[in-house]
Amino acid sequence: MLRRVRDEILEGVEKKISEVHFPAPFYAGLEYSSPARGTWNIVHTGMLIPESHQIFVCAYGCLRGVVLTAAEMNALDRYSSISIREENVLDGSMEELMVEGVSDVLEKLPYKPKAILLFISCQHFFLAYDQHLVFDQLRARFPDIRFTDCYMIPTLRKSGLTPDQKMRIQMYSFLEKKETNLKKINFIGSNLPLWKESELYTWLSSSFEVWDLYRCQTFEDYLDMAKARLNIYYEPLAQKAAQDLEQRLSIPSQYLTFSFNEEELDNNYKELSQSLDVACPDFEKEKMEARRAFQELKRVIGNTSIAIDYTFTFRPTSLARRLLEEGFNVTTLYVDVFVGDDEKDFEWIQTNYPNIKIRPTNQPGMRFIHEENEKILAIGQKAAYFEATDHFVNVAESGGYFGYRGMVEICRLMQEAYLNKKDRKNIIQKKGYGCESCIV
Amino acid sequence: MRQVVGLTSTYSSDEFGVCSALYELGGMVVMHDASGCNSTYTTHDEPRWYDQDSMIFISAISEMEAIMGDDDKFIEDLVQTANELKPRFIALVGAPIPYMMGTDFDAIAQIVEERTGIPSFGFMTNGMQYYPNGISMAMERIVDFYCTEKKETQQNTVNILGATPLDFSINGSVESIQEWLKSNGYTVNCTLAMNCSLEDIQNMSKASINLVVSTGGLKAAKLLESRFGIPYVVGVPYGKKFASKLLEKLKLKKTSLGWDRKQVKKEKHLALIGEAVTSISLACAMEEENDVSVIVLDPLNENNELYRTLDVYVPEEDDVMEQIKSVDGIIADPLYKALCSNKEFYPYAHVAFSGRIFEKDLPNLINTEMKRK
Repeated sequence: MLRRVRDEILEGVEKKISEVHFPAPFYAGLEYSSPARGTWNIVHTGMLIPESHQIFVCAYGCLRGVVLTAAEMNALDRYSSISIREENVLDGSMEELMVEGVSDVLEKLPYKPKAILLFISCQHFFLAYDQHLVFDQLRARFPDIRFTDCYMIPTLRKSGLTPDQKMRIQMYSFLEKKETNLKKINFIGSNLPLWKESELYTWLSSSFEVWDLYRCQTFEDYLDMAKARLNIYYEPLAQKAAQDLEQRLSIPSQYLTFSFNEEELDNNYKELSQSLDVACPDFEKEKMEARRAFQELKRVIGNTSIAIDYTFTFRPTSLARRLLEEGFNVTTLYVDVFVGDDEKDFEWIQTNYPNIKIRPTNQPGMRFIHEENEKILAIGQKAAYFEATDHFVNVAESGGYFGYRGMVEICRLMQEAYLNKKDRKNIIQKKGYGCESCIV
Repeated sequence: MRQVVGLTSTYSSDEFGVCSALYELGGMVVMHDASGCNSTYTTHDEPRWYDQDSMIFISAISEMEAIMGDDDKFIEDLVQTANELKPRFIALVGAPIPYMMGTDFDAIAQIVEERTGIPSFGFMTNGMQYYPNGISMAMERIVDFYCTEKKETQQNTVNILGATPLDFSINGSVESIQEWLKSNGYTVNCTLAMNCSLEDIQNMSKASINLVVSTGGLKAAKLLESRFGIPYVVGVPYGKKFASKLLEKLKLKKTSLGWDRKQVKKEKHLALIGEAVTSISLACAMEEENDVSVIVLDPLNENNELYRTLDVYVPEEDDVMEQIKSVDGIIADPLYKALCSNKEFYPYAHVAFSGRIFEKDLPNLINTEMKRK
């Protein structure tokens, strides 16, 4: 391995938690991209709509990442490209390119998709192209195919809604108002489904039909998500999608914070039971199971150093706090930006464990960080990469491990990771944790 | 229709060509774009990313910086990072949005160079051209800057120009080219740009001849010819017989293609899709050792100076589909198979097309017998 610790560089990028501010601990300058690829991108997410086809309209450089995402997940047959060339920028022919290009794709495809996710890029915004004209013409030409606008617009990531938030809104944009089924509820906005062993799932599925995009086998199943009486979400980026569905389809929503704190979890369940107008079960047994799981894990891993990264869970600081409260030796958090729900936990750690290290994942200096000192248990792929440890929990985007039983499972995964090594290099470079992949 | 890729992949772009060409040279290469480009390049087009140090970063430009034409933050970030990491040079690489903003990369490079004392270059890539353009731009520029002094010519000394993982992967092909040259009495001076340093580039003028192994190396070869009178031969020593013919061309010490332009159509007629220099070389190698004719379909750039009589530029997916109607079989990256359902298909992976997907299956065909049943 050529990478090595460069102390002077590390000194420049690493901070103690007592030295940084919430929510942005680091200056945002040039960025580095580590080889850990488990988080999903917009192609992975879009593929969750059954019987849909994605068409991206952008420059070769931008197409490259999305077309190969589709290819690596063995879904190239549900993906097409239209490349923007210099003349389209100069002569204002974007609308024509899109209408004729999409038409050509649809004529070439060996199957007829029910819906098209048409992705536009940053260039479209700077050209002020006429989006209404394009979609009106496409809908007129192909009345039996539905079209929605999707966005690959990283340049606009700091202006209003982020591309991830927009994607989550558009994922449900084909839904139209339907008669409410009082027995039906949806989980929305997460790339991965809620873990079926979670007490949340067991509770809800005993009284309701629980749907999410994973359960939809057909486009009709997907459209029927509009019948739900309630949309539940725990992915913070899904808030705007939930609001959009409230506004358009009058489906109320309930946010459950993905917490590792008992009080917050209990509050989640109380609020949800009120939203559903059902009695809240007593989860004392599950709560005790979680406590015992942490104790057992502590007995096995002892004072082993633990590093956590933000790709593992939506609330890394909440997880860190819980582990610290349970007596674990959390040493490092890999976080570029903290999320809103984590502020209280951030402050608690600042006060009680001010020396915990905060490291970015995207600062240029991180290119040269590579430590192989003591045995470190990493939670998340990026932490595994930077700590150069083969003892890591390979989960991204929460894994759906919600609630007390989710914590029991996370403890099991931590113990398994502590006891057994993984093939770090091959595992973390696969894109889209949980997706099919042809990369061996 | 033009610009539509309905069924298969798209090639790597010019910005990634620059990054690939400069990867090993100790410079800091910064793509001026929002995000995504960096992870795309390092995931799909850069097999060295996990194990080999390099300073490839992205500027993370935002909407407001783009609209306001605010180069100041970019410049400050470049200066600050360069002062911390102390690269040998700084390369600024264009992308679609800077192209639309009219960013003056040369001016920014000049300011950064003045403030850091580090040689800096601007590359006017825009993400709307293919990777050979980027490789070509980077190799020409780096040779132009670093190889200025005529060193005493050493006989039978060769530079290899145009080597990047985008065309050669990291499956040992480049090392095999070097071995092939050594086993035939040549000393390899510089391999631009794999297993290569800036010092090697400074000494390129020692070579008695250059071997151009991809279109990305052509401009640098022409520069070295005009500046130092070093002739070049174009070709990759695939197969046994074609490698021997290429060797004869090298011995002549004259600028030439490694192949004859005249082609004869045989009963068994195949098409090979890919980059011009590597594909024509491979086609020639197959023709030399088998009773077939192999035309090259070049989807990347119109390279008329390289084509043989039957080779064709196929810029669009429709052009490829039209051309393959008249052949018996197709040799191409496996992701082209969707276009070739009714034809014999011989998979031959190309990193610049399918990225890392098939890189473990990519054969090293340098100086290897090509006789097939």
